[in-house]
Amino acid sequence: MEADHPGSTVELSFAASSTIVQQVAEGAPADVLALAGPGPLDHLPAELRRSEPVVFTTNSLSLAVPPDNPAGVTGVEDLTTEGLRLVVCQPQVPCGEATSALLTGLGIDPAVSSQERDARATITKVELGEADVGIVYRTDVAAAGDRVLGIDIPGAVNVTTGYPILAVSDHELAAAFIQEVLSGRGQQHLADAGFVAP
Amino acid sequence: MTTVLPRRLPLLVPAAVGVGFLVLPLLALLLRADWPDLATHLRAPVVGQSLRLSALTTSVTMVVVWLVGTPLAWLLARSDHPLTSWARALITVPLVLPPVVGGVALLMTWGRRGVLGGWLDQTFGITVPFTTVAVVMAEIFVALPFYVIAVEGAMRGLDRRYDEIAATLGAGPVRTFLRVAVPLTLPGVAAGSALAWARALGEFGATITFAGSFPGRTQTAPLGVYAALEQDPEAALALSLVMLLLSVLVLGLLRSRWLR
Repeated sequence: MEADHPGSTVELSFAASSTIVQQVAEGAPADVLALAGPGPLDHLPAELRRSEPVVFTTNSLSLAVPPDNPAGVTGVEDLTTEGLRLVVCQPQVPCGEATSALLTGLGIDPAVSSQERDARATITKVELGEADVGIVYRTDVAAAGDRVLGIDIPGAVNVTTGYPILAVSDHELAAAFIQEVLSGRGQQHLADAGFVAP
Repeated sequence: MTTVLPRRLPLLVPAAVGVGFLVLPLLALLLRADWPDLATHLRAPVVGQSLRLSALTTSVTMVVVWLVGTPLAWLLARSDHPLTSWARALITVPLVLPPVVGGVALLMTWGRRGVLGGWLDQTFGITVPFTTVAVVMAEIFVALPFYVIAVEGAMRGLDRRYDEIAATLGAGPVRTFLRVAVPLTLPGVAAGSALAWARALGEFGATITFAGSFPGRTQTAPLGVYAALEQDPEAALALSLVMLLLSVLVLGLLRSRWLR
C-alpha cells in the first residue's frame, strides 16, 4: 500500500471494537475503521459514515484443546461431558455472543468453568492446560500455533461473524486502502491468518 | 496565616496538584453516578451476586489470616534467629508482587500442571482453579502479608518485660501469646485486619488469572465491575460506588482506632 502511494504511511491502531468505535465517535483521528463484528457500528454517529460498510472477511468459532487433548474431545457433542472443564468468552463481548448463539443453536447448556474477558484470555487457559476445551475463533487457534489443537465445528451449526470496514473521513486514500483489503493480496493475508473470504 | 502563605506557595502548588489528582476521580464516580435510578442499577444480578461472593470469600480469608497470621506475626516479632529476617523478607514479597504475577505463581503451584496441583489432580481428582476455593486462596495470598507486617509492627512495640512477667508467673509461650500479646496489641490487630480485608476485597489480578470469572462461583465484586463495564456501565458504576463506600467505612474504622 505504502509502496504504491509514495509519501503516504499507514498508521494502525488496534483495540477492542467497542473501544475503537467510542474513540472515533469522540473525535480520534481516523480514516478507515475495521471492526470484528457488526454490533459496535450501532454506536457510530451517522455523520462519520463516509462509505457504506462492506464485509471484508468473516470469522467463525472453533474448539481449542491442549495439544495432548486430556479430555479426548472430538467435537461439539462432547461439550456436555460430565466434569469437562470448559472456558468461554464472557457474554458481554462479541466472541461470547457468538458462543451463546452456537450453544443455543445446538440446544445445549454445558457447565462452564470460567467466562474469560476475551478470546485471547480464553485460549490462554487452554494453553496452560487448566481447561480441557475453550470456544474461540478459528483465527485464535491459527495464531496459537502448536500450543493448542483446533477441533472444527461443522459449518451447519457454526456461527459466522462478518467483519465490516468503512471510511470515517474524506481522506483521498481511504477508499484505496479499503480496495486493497478487499483485493486478492489483502484477502490472501487474511486467509493466511485463518479468516474466510465473505 | 496570610504572612506564611506566599512563602509556602512553592510547596502548596505541587501538593494541591497531588490532592486534586487523587480526589477528582473519586468525585467523578459520585458525579457520574445515575442517582435517581441507582436502586435499579443496584438490582442488576451482577451486583448482588458478586457482592455476596465477595462477602463470603473475604470472611473465610480473614478467619484464615487471623489463625495463621497472628502467631506468625508474634514469632517474627519475638524471634532473634538469623533466619527470621529472611522469613520476614520472603513473606513481604507478595506485598510488592504485581497481583497478576501472584495469580500465575498460584497457577504454577495449584494448577493441573502445577507443583502440588498435578499431584492433587492425579491422586484425588481435585482441581483448584475455577473454584471458590481458588478465590479464597488468591485473597489470602495478597492479604496475609499485609496483616502480618502490620501486626508484627504492633507486637514488636510491646515491652518484653510483659513476656518475662508472664513467664515468671508460669505461663508458657502459647498462653503468653493468647493472654498477653494479643490483648495488649488489639488496636494493631484491628488495624491490620481492616487493611487486609480491604486488600482481599479489592483483589483482582490474581483472582482472574487463577480462579477465572464465573457469576456466583468466582466472579467477585471487582471482577463483576470489570465484566459489567462491557455492557452495563451503569451497573458497573453502581457496584463501584458500593466498593468506594466500603473503603471509606474501613478508613473510618481505622481513624477511630488511631485516635485512641
